[in-house]
Amino acid sequence: MATQHSRSAARLMMAPAVVLLLGWMLVPLSMTLWFSFRKFLPLRGGDQGFVGFDNYVRFISSSSFWPAVQTTLVIVLGVLIITIVFGVLLAMLLDQPIWGQGIVRILIIAPFFVMPTVSALVWKNIFMDPVNGLLAHLWRAFGADPVVWLTDVPVYSIVMILSWQWLPFATLILLTAIQSLDGEQLEASEMDGAGFLSRFIYIILPHLSRAITIVILIQTIFLLSIFAEIFVTTGGAFGTRTLTYLIFQRVLESQNVGLGSAGGVYAIILANIVAIFLMRIVGKNLDA
Amino acid sequence: MARAVTKQRKTLNTLVAWAVGLLIFFPILWTILTSFKTEAQAINDPPLFLFFDWTLENYGVVQERSDYMRFLWNSIILAGGSTLLGILVAVPAAWSMAFVPSKRTKDILLWMLSTKMLPAVGVLYPIYLLFIELGLLDSRVGLTIVLMLINLPIIVWMLYTYFREIPGEILEAARMDGASLREEILYVLTPMAIPGIASTILLNFILAWNEAFWTLNLTAAKAAPLTAFIASYSSPEGLFYAKLSAASTMAIAPILILGWFSQKQLVRGLTFGAVK
Repeated sequence: MATQHSRSAARLMMAPAVVLLLGWMLVPLSMTLWFSFRKFLPLRGGDQGFVGFDNYVRFISSSSFWPAVQTTLVIVLGVLIITIVFGVLLAMLLDQPIWGQGIVRILIIAPFFVMPTVSALVWKNIFMDPVNGLLAHLWRAFGADPVVWLTDVPVYSIVMILSWQWLPFATLILLTAIQSLDGEQLEASEMDGAGFLSRFIYIILPHLSRAITIVILIQTIFLLSIFAEIFVTTGGAFGTRTLTYLIFQRVLESQNVGLGSAGGVYAIILANIVAIFLMRIVGKNLDA
Repeated sequence: MARAVTKQRKTLNTLVAWAVGLLIFFPILWTILTSFKTEAQAINDPPLFLFFDWTLENYGVVQERSDYMRFLWNSIILAGGSTLLGILVAVPAAWSMAFVPSKRTKDILLWMLSTKMLPAVGVLYPIYLLFIELGLLDSRVGLTIVLMLINLPIIVWMLYTYFREIPGEILEAARMDGASLREEILYVLTPMAIPGIASTILLNFILAWNEAFWTLNLTAAKAAPLTAFIASYSSPEGLFYAKLSAASTMAIAPILILGWFSQKQLVRGLTFGAVK
């Protein structure tokens, strides 16, 4: 159906989006690459020339690197496990016939629309404050000593805040997937005497596997680069410095651009490893 | 897959679902309630749930002290401007990829998606530097462009998945009847594409409104939107729970309402059409 004329028109219509994204990708990326090979301290002597792979070696061998990797892993894995386990359970619950389903759905989805700085600050102060926080009141009501959340268990507190934000997303996607499950298949298995557990393991879970994979990949990409939640709760203190936050501190706080750029290149490589898997799945879907 | 279940089962499901739903929603509800308390009532032990002296005082104080309206206006301009700009660029691109696909269409789409995966922090300094050089730091223009660029892949993808659902036969019929390319776009495609475009606008407005990396790092006073306004409450003085709650409620209320309309689009937009 495509004539030569419409082909060239199509190319023209695509051009602005392609050019903009190409510029957005190539210009900053090549600058980051360039800086990563130079000693560049804007406030202390400026650009002091080419240093080879020095920044890459120093970024990895600095004492804050491995703790940051560990924090990043704990946060990403923790949030993934919580949101997917509870997401599957919630999706199955919401798939059942219930009264007021629409309203319950709205209640569950709401946290996703709360801006990150609001959710981080509200949790930090109104809920997790060790003196006046609601959780402290609750602990005292049961005669327990309130937990000093963001100092004593800072990483887990951040995992909790992030899980609250991302559970709606996982639930919504898994619910959409579960609703496309063939009801007759379930009924048939029920008639054949399959219990709830075997129905869950052999029918529901395999059906959800693709949606779960997508949730894992997309959340990983977003979770690897969380920023505001750490910025306003601990500012990277108490061992909550993630890789993203470490790079931010190197670049903007200590103004060591060369070192931070080398870190940025690592972050880009890491994100691309995850992205390749996501793109495979999405790409397959395009052919269908 | 709604199936017939007994009434008892439905009642039980309903109770559990409502309990879980209210538990998840509770932090938001509590924030809204606290915004109507006095500072002393906000930290009362035991906590006051509904029976306190409702007051609107905090809202007035927040506006007076920090000029909330200015931040709100910035949020609207940034989110609205970046979304509309993005739509202007993305509609032609998505249209051509959906209706005049070539061998490279799939590669281009996947490449666009890959730009979304670029971690922001990896290009923080270059953007920061470019903004200083171009005089864009703390300007609405600069931030609007950045927000447009980070959401452009999602906008193109969403529009593409919507446009692909428009049957090609309709276009062929229009062409046979002698419609020109312009007429085809204006009178045949546009009416059918409007629901998809509206959903795309909605979701991207929300994403831009809540964006909190670039808005925190590239603004100071002039162009700061609500994300940055709220962040300024992270080092407060004295009692401030009720005021923080009022400020938070004002920052999230518009988007909560919009968000409830966009549940379905959320899935499509954020999974790049992989789950519908």
